Amino acid sequence: MFGLHYKIERSAIGLVTFIVLVASIGGLIEIAPLFTIDETVEQAPDMRVYTPLEVAGRNIYIREGCYACHSQMIRTLRDEVERYGPYSLAVESSYDHPQLWGSKRTGPDLARLGNKYSDAWHTVHLFNPRDVVPESKMPAYRWLLRDPLRTDDLGNHLSALRAVGVPYTDEQVANAALDAYGQANPETAAADGVAERYGSATNIRMFDGVSTRLTDMDALVAYLQVLGNLTDAAHQPNQPEAE
Amino acid sequence: MIADLTRAERQWAMMILGALGIVGLAMAVAGRNDLLGIHGWIVLAAGLGGFIAFMRGKDAPEPSDDRLNEYYDAPTRLGIILTLLWGVVGMGAGLWVASLLAWPELTFDAAWASFGRLRPVHTSGVIFGFGGNALIATSFHVLQRTTRARLPDQISPWFVLLGYNLFCVIAASGYLMGLTQSKEYAEPEWYADIWLVVVWVVYFAIYMRTLARRKEPHIYVANWYYMAFILVVAILHIVNNLAVPVSFGSAKSYSLFSGVQDAMTQWWYGHNAVAFFLTAGFLGMMYYYLPKRAGRPIFSYRMSIISFWGITFMYMWAGSHHLHYTALPHWVQTLGMAFSVVLLVPSWASAGNALLTLNGAWHKVRDDAVLRFMALAAIFYGITTFEGSFMAIRAVNSLSHYTDWTIGHVHAGALGWVAMITFGSLYSIVPSMWKRPSLYSAKLVEVHFWLALSGTVVYVFAMWNSGVIQGLMWRTYTESGTLSYSFIDSLVAMHPYYIARAFGGLLFLLGALVALYNVVMTIRMPAPATEDAALDIPVQPALQAGE
Ligand code: HEM
Ligand code: HEM
Repeated sequence: MFGLHYKIERSAIGLVTFIVLVASIGGLIEIAPLFTIDETVEQAPDMRVYTPLEVAGRNIYIREGCYACHSQMIRTLRDEVERYGPYSLAVESSYDHPQLWGSKRTGPDLARLGNKYSDAWHTVHLFNPRDVVPESKMPAYRWLLRDPLRTDDLGNHLSALRAVGVPYTDEQVANAALDAYGQANPETAAADGVAERYGSATNIRMFDGVSTRLTDMDALVAYLQVLGNLTDAAHQPNQPEAE
Repeated sequence: MIADLTRAERQWAMMILGALGIVGLAMAVAGRNDLLGIHGWIVLAAGLGGFIAFMRGKDAPEPSDDRLNEYYDAPTRLGIILTLLWGVVGMGAGLWVASLLAWPELTFDAAWASFGRLRPVHTSGVIFGFGGNALIATSFHVLQRTTRARLPDQISPWFVLLGYNLFCVIAASGYLMGLTQSKEYAEPEWYADIWLVVVWVVYFAIYMRTLARRKEPHIYVANWYYMAFILVVAILHIVNNLAVPVSFGSAKSYSLFSGVQDAMTQWWYGHNAVAFFLTAGFLGMMYYYLPKRAGRPIFSYRMSIISFWGITFMYMWAGSHHLHYTALPHWVQTLGMAFSVVLLVPSWASAGNALLTLNGAWHKVRDDAVLRFMALAAIFYGITTFEGSFMAIRAVNSLSHYTDWTIGHVHAGALGWVAMITFGSLYSIVPSMWKRPSLYSAKLVEVHFWLALSGTVVYVFAMWNSGVIQGLMWRTYTESGTLSYSFIDSLVAMHPYYIARAFGGLLFLLGALVALYNVVMTIRMPAPATEDAALDIPVQPALQAGE
């Protein structure tokens, strides 16, 4: 064995080839099957896509680095299920490009945050967390209420998402900017279009409490309110017990 | 720098810089309504600035052919300085984010100064800025000494070093503006990723071209590690960053993968960024500078072979230990755990090899703080890998995951291993790189050593404590079977540890500042009249393995 090595280490090409071969095996065996084995991701016929406003909110979540402190992955452990709700299923993040499972909980898990608090609570909390949770370490995101939301390129966002596999329809792509507006402005004609294209269960509200214009706050709160609510799969009784 | 280049190389450089400027302009125009445009201006400024510098310097006399009898160390010199500067920036950002966790009001109502945007500035600043520059600078140095061949030309090393730093600047400035893919350690957006691939291909070519001209039949161990670092990082980087941009005028892109497949790809990448960036490359450093400084051959050549192939093979299986108890299929978690545990063998083979090399030179470790940095690094490498294999066990990970224990583990590796081996290696080559008889002050190295050691110990103990407390509080039940603590209870319990961690980080940062000062003062010392450093030329026998 060491004799063989004596030869390999005299050839740069040989060394390169061996390194690439030896290093590729693990990844191939662990990753490739995840795309092909059917049991990897559960079936969830009721799974819905993010609305354009929620996509924009998710991008704000990414932009501000919320994932650095909040996970979105409830593990199959009893205490986590009791604290946060049913453990996360693979299907729940199957439209998440990329996933935001996170690796650190400086703050609590957010996988099932949707509908846990009111929109008003979120707006106050994001504006200054210490107004509602005095001990909080979270930054105050005051600019979210100041900054208008950019919607003109949301159609491009949906087509890019469609290119990587999220099933948006042509109609959804074409109306992306309008739908973003409509979702935060109930009782407008635009709002009806949102319910039509994304289902009647979609949250259509003035998320930041102000109707006149769309802010980053509207989008982020809309996203937070849908977390864990894209499908009911995790609440079905046929899931195995947590450990 | 320009005076080092031949006339033909200067023309090449100007073409490359011109092309870079045009790409920058195109980005600025296409992205005029987007943050991409700002990065376009930065790229344009880099290309144009370089071009103007060449216009002014292009008529300098050509270098004489004597240069071919010497190693080409100018890129290494700049790389050393950049390493130290990024170190101060990255660790400064680390201290800032540490303080934000103790005193969250330090964001001053500015978006760029919030925790989520500064944290990647810290992680990329230290890993890519500090660590990456150290790897590039030392790899050029080691490659030439162990092959007894000069770098193949005078332009590609500059392309790699400066191009890489352009990548780092785009990355860090992007985070402050809110541009990130959110994948840990792979945050930069698609155009930065493409640029890094270009830089990396040239880097690899330098390695192969120099090896092709080597005067030593065998490729020395240190180079195996540097090559594994270059090759595997390329594979990881390309696969994990596959994404579709929103448009060519937009900085934003969407990852090709989603959900569980994305998580596995990301942590296959993430764990092996640890393995091949923060471990393999730095092991390359250790295998050259530690024996050299100790004046002893590597203890065991066979152990280094076992260690090398063990690390190259097994690390790639271990990524799934970042995903225990998640929606990742159970069989992948089990594989990841098994390989992580066995990984301890090759890891300790390297740590042990380094320490056994020091047998018979312990008096030098006692007297020489530079060697002591490297010895301590090997010890911390052993500690961190032991801890890592332990944390990879599912039951242990159920406690440690998501807590500060991970952060403690990270910094035992990052401060104790990565930063210490870097400082030791840099100190050991700075005098010869600038042809000075010695460092400006050996005392200051001693001061730095103790600052670094105490900073690391304070940091790591604070995080071990807070992590274990946090993990236990989350899973403690009352007698009636309900959870004892709210989440916020655990957060309150962390406060004193966050202050202690910031203090440890401050000590470590002060040490880095001392290093910067010491190196700058060394460079400013008058050069000695006689060139005794002339011994360091391509004909001198390179360091050989024992056995
Ligand atoms: C002055 C010294 C340093 C200080 C004060 C510091 C502080 C911090 C803080 C506060 C975090 C965030 C932890 C959290 O989110 O809870 C962090 C993360 C991190 N730091 Fe440092 N750090 C320092 C040096 C370094 C060095 C030298 C390296 C690498 C060579 C490093 C690598 C990392 C990494 C990889 C993470 C991310 C960990 C994870 O996501 O699990 N740090 N650091
Ligand atoms: C045998 C070697 C090692 C093994 C088996 C190992 C294992 C682990 C485990 C189990 C985790 C926690 C994952 C989680 O719960 O999220 C982790 C995190 C980490 N380790 Fe190691 N480790 C090893 C060596 C190292 C070394 C030498 C470093 C060098 C700096 C390092 C840096 C990190 C970083 C940066 C993270 C945090 C990743 C993140 O969540 O962002 N590890 N490692």
